Amino acid sequence: MLLHAANLSFAYGRGAPAVDDVSLSIASGAIVGLIGPNGSGKTTLVRLLNGTLTPARGSVTLDGVPLATLSRRALARRIAVVPQETQVTFDFTALEIVLMGRYAHLGPFTLEGPDDMSHARQALESTGTAALEARQFATLSGGEKQRVVIASALAQSSDILLLDEPTTALDIGFQWEIAALLGRLNVEHGTTIVVSTHDLNLAAMLCTELVLMKAGRVLATGPTRDVLTAPNIRELYGIDAEVAFHPRAGHLTVVPLARG
Amino acid sequence: MRRRIVLTLAGFGVLTLVACVLAPLVGSTSISLWRVFDRSIPFADNTDAQVFFVARLPRVVAAAIVGAGLALSGVVFQALLRNPLASPDTLGVSAGATLGAMLALTAHADFVLLGVSVVPLTSFAGAVGSLAIVFVLLLARRRGTSSTVLLLGGIAIAALLNAVGRFIQYMSNVTDTFRTVQWLMGSLDVGSYAPILASLVPMGLACAGFATLPRVLDLISLGEDAAEARGVNVAAAERIALISASLSAGAAVSLGGPILFVGIIVPHIVRLIVGADHRLVLPASALFGASFLVVCDLIARTIVAPVEMPVGIVTAIIGGPFFLWLLFRGR
Repeated sequence: MLLHAANLSFAYGRGAPAVDDVSLSIASGAIVGLIGPNGSGKTTLVRLLNGTLTPARGSVTLDGVPLATLSRRALARRIAVVPQETQVTFDFTALEIVLMGRYAHLGPFTLEGPDDMSHARQALESTGTAALEARQFATLSGGEKQRVVIASALAQSSDILLLDEPTTALDIGFQWEIAALLGRLNVEHGTTIVVSTHDLNLAAMLCTELVLMKAGRVLATGPTRDVLTAPNIRELYGIDAEVAFHPRAGHLTVVPLARG
Repeated sequence: MRRRIVLTLAGFGVLTLVACVLAPLVGSTSISLWRVFDRSIPFADNTDAQVFFVARLPRVVAAAIVGAGLALSGVVFQALLRNPLASPDTLGVSAGATLGAMLALTAHADFVLLGVSVVPLTSFAGAVGSLAIVFVLLLARRRGTSSTVLLLGGIAIAALLNAVGRFIQYMSNVTDTFRTVQWLMGSLDVGSYAPILASLVPMGLACAGFATLPRVLDLISLGEDAAEARGVNVAAAERIALISASLSAGAAVSLGGPILFVGIIVPHIVRLIVGADHRLVLPASALFGASFLVVCDLIARTIVAPVEMPVGIVTAIIGGPFFLWLLFRGR
């Protein structure tokens, strides 16, 4: 197993546990979807998996090595993260933001070289943001910003990509683009992808496996076709839905029908 | 990138050098630059060189150090708190330094310790002390306090320290009050090189810390989580940044008094010129802060000569409109 979480628990302050005794294994080359209602612990789990949060109990291992023993720099070379939204304080250009993804590959006093530049250009290219490189990040639209942030994560050249609701702010055109990009990364570079989302159809289209979260705990986990079922959706969201295989799309689709 | 760094350093470096060489030439006695550097005349007979090096240069060097120190700490505070309003003034460091100086002045504790007067020492302690409070607040942020709250905390600390300072001032006699008011207005008339040399110790330490920071500050401006995910050890960087910024702000304020405005405005002016990358912003701010304060002090001591205007008034009168112009000019 590439990334393995054993009995993770975490609570913010003295509140109820945001993640409660979660265990999961992510195989190399998998595309894993984290789904569950708002406040079910998806974001917290993503932060635990990349070591930004330290679990109160349990541990995360990367190739069998506990995250806690790895330096931030070493970790960043393996795992890149795309958060829900990114706010940038100063007027950085899109290219400058993407180049920041190279931090973990550079010495403390080394400047980016041609190699880093080509990684950054390639990342801009594959997210369709090459034309925006000289634009200031703050002036971009929500979809453009998110794609630039994804480009910055790609420039990190890591083999694991964690994305926290990356398409929430995007229209279906860009949702499609992002999903296609993630699929392509997975096929062409073997990138392992963990993506949390509220979009069940996107999850059905993209993910080979799903982890269903409810109130900080794992409700079900397994191949998408096994766990994306009407009873599970009712359990998660309290919605009666029809889950059917769509022959032209080639994956399951979820149509909500009534409050369950 | 290398070219941009070299060009930026060269440009701002020349500006600073020109300011520091030309400023001592101006004053009540006019001197000639050629005579100052004429090696054929022995120093004891070269009055121009004496005026230049003994009477005027210390003040110019002090202005440069104070300007650089305030600007550097402003850059770091703004980046660290991810807030354009952060500065040594808004975080209470000037208030802490002022209180420290006031206590020494009203207690008549202006004896000399290790060649340095006690007033700058107590003001340095006040500056670093008030930043220690900020530091504790920042650590508390780990438990969910936003940078806005931190900034408001700084403002509250500043208000509190200022109130204590005013109370001391109110209770003290007229002579002491006059001296504290004078100190409060900020003055770069250091008199000799001794206080400058003393300030170089904390400034040197601060600069060693700053040297490790530029790229880290860039990444922190994406957010702490984003910076960590890209490989930055944010907690360690925050510690280095706060300690360095406290040392440089403390050194600056203890040398020149609480000269407002430089710490908040110089970083913004520099960002409008060189962009957001801290590998450019940090050194350029040091150099621009130095030359800005040298020029402001030159104006302060000449514009209503033979009377001197407090340099803090000049920094605000020149800096304010210049900053507004930069903000509102068409891009």
